[in-house]
Amino acid sequence: MAKTLFEKIWDKHVVKQIEDGPSVVYIDKHFIHEVTSPQAFSGIEKRGVSLFRPKQIVATADHNVPTLHQELPIADALSRFQVDTLIDNCKKHGVELYGLGHEHQGIVHVIGPELGITQPGMTIVCGDSHTSTHGAFGSIAFGIGTSEVEMVFAAQCIMQSKPKVMRINIDGALQNGVVSKDIILFIIAQISASGATGYFVEYAGSAIRALSMEARMTICNMSIEMGARGGMIAPDQTTFDYIKGRLFAPTGAEWETKLAAWKELYTDTDAKFDVEINIKAEDIDPMITYGTNPGMGLSVTGTLPTVESFTDATEKQNYEKALKYMGLTAGQTLLGMPVQNVFIGSCTNSRIEDFRLVASIIKGKQKDPNIKTLIVPGSQEVAKQIKAEGLDKIFAAAGIEIRQAGCSACLGMNEDKIPAGEYCISTSNRNFEGRQGAGARTMLVSPLTAAAALLTGKITDIRTMLS
Amino acid sequence: MQSLQKITSKFIPLRIENVDTDQIIPARFLKATTKDGFGKNLFRDWRYENDDETKPKADFVLNQSQYSGQILVAAKNFGCGSSREHAAWSIQDYGFKVVVSSFFADIFKNNALNNGVLPVTVTDAFLQQIFAQGSEDTLSIDLAAQTITIDKTGASEKFEINSYKKTCMLNGYDDIDYLLSMKAEIEAFEKTNKQ
Repeated sequence: MAKTLFEKIWDKHVVKQIEDGPSVVYIDKHFIHEVTSPQAFSGIEKRGVSLFRPKQIVATADHNVPTLHQELPIADALSRFQVDTLIDNCKKHGVELYGLGHEHQGIVHVIGPELGITQPGMTIVCGDSHTSTHGAFGSIAFGIGTSEVEMVFAAQCIMQSKPKVMRINIDGALQNGVVSKDIILFIIAQISASGATGYFVEYAGSAIRALSMEARMTICNMSIEMGARGGMIAPDQTTFDYIKGRLFAPTGAEWETKLAAWKELYTDTDAKFDVEINIKAEDIDPMITYGTNPGMGLSVTGTLPTVESFTDATEKQNYEKALKYMGLTAGQTLLGMPVQNVFIGSCTNSRIEDFRLVASIIKGKQKDPNIKTLIVPGSQEVAKQIKAEGLDKIFAAAGIEIRQAGCSACLGMNEDKIPAGEYCISTSNRNFEGRQGAGARTMLVSPLTAAAALLTGKITDIRTMLS
Repeated sequence: MQSLQKITSKFIPLRIENVDTDQIIPARFLKATTKDGFGKNLFRDWRYENDDETKPKADFVLNQSQYSGQILVAAKNFGCGSSREHAAWSIQDYGFKVVVSSFFADIFKNNALNNGVLPVTVTDAFLQQIFAQGSEDTLSIDLAAQTITIDKTGASEKFEINSYKKTCMLNGYDDIDYLLSMKAEIEAFEKTNKQ
């Protein structure tokens, strides 16, 4: 029978199908971090159970770490205790930890692919909704809660119902100045922040095939922002080339065996999707969000909807609430609006290609004097590469400091926060109220649009800055 | 996990769509290493001015004394965003046993079920009927019968839950007990499906 890519991998991992209930799904790789794991470790300890497959778990500290002076003890006592708890738990239970100071440390969804741990055909989970990132390699990857982390600790399985499948085809060529972040912001603006709830999404089409692995990760990363369980892209030569030679990638005969299996990972021609959406790549402009969920986005040259355009009373009320929070007016344009902060980082856009994009725009120029910056590589490895390519000098010459690896201002948990009432042009993934700090006003954009704002201090159409 | 069979209670109406888990429990409260005490920070930034517990926001429903009960009723796409189970813990710790909405985000729904908080999905029309009730009116949920009833009007709707999860909820069983009982099957699966 013809199968989708998702079904091929899912079916291979079902240990048992419970009648009128969930499937017991086997998990190949489990990433953990300091925030969502401590209660799961105490859970299994309370049950007197040991970790079932500790070798299939990799840990890092990312959410709750400072991005300056990582060599010093973490100043905040609670944060320090949480990170120390991860260290203790990993030691006690035999889990590999890439903690602060380790050369492999970084945002969990940056280091997995970078180290070659993430591979096609795998099932991958983490107590973090952006685990969908790893789907870029043709794996089934999704975020889970702490109870489920405990399940994987105890039995290397979780219990979930099989989601429906959706395919989003993006065909054609992107405009100059439009990158993968714009593609995913465009999709979410089209189908809303709940438009893919209950579905696993496969991204396909010529515009997707043309993307690098890092660009594909940005798209899969934000699948959760439209409610999808996860997102995935069929592996191809781009995928195989990316993986080959990485630290934990297979080698020799094992590489050949795995590669042959990976080449079978595609959606069969006759396979059926529950929903299929087609998008023309040329219709996508540089995007920006104006509201308090990632579905509230538009072209950087666009106009905010009028209040009257909402017919449903609750929707109208919600739109007005978002406008009030954001300090914006219905019907206004955003272009030229001054902003105070630029954040470049997060599991969405903190990889080396993101830094190359930004560097290509700011090279030989000065940052706007009014802009405060948080520029944060996704991992120690990315930070090293920035130096190796001399990008650090371009940033320094522009008056911009590059910080140390971590989740930083994406989530208002560690020291990096945006002050209340200020706007932040951000390459991260969520513009929820208070996400970047209580009262912070987040506008999600691509690294290119963020680079433009670094120079102008305003919301800018990057296309006008490109020759 | 606590079991749940039937409940009749007043409810707290939260007429907001797309309530994300950053609102339910902001990230700065995720530094804990236990599951306790999250209820006091539930909806923290909607509840208080400038993070100050002495300054409750009068327009937020948890601060309005006429509303109380063990049932939270919210507009569509409740629990979207981050996978933090702390959201379910804070709702439970505050005292809610049931959350009613016309639409739940996936991860939140699982997290709630794994903590003995029952997510009840109703139609948009039924949700509007609930929102139209007064603060003294009650809802009744019967898990065995899979029904939710507006007691004053008698209006009732059936809700979906798979029979496995229903059994867990009715008896207070959790998935980990089930998985631990499957160890031999999982080991056999590993032998035949080596990656």
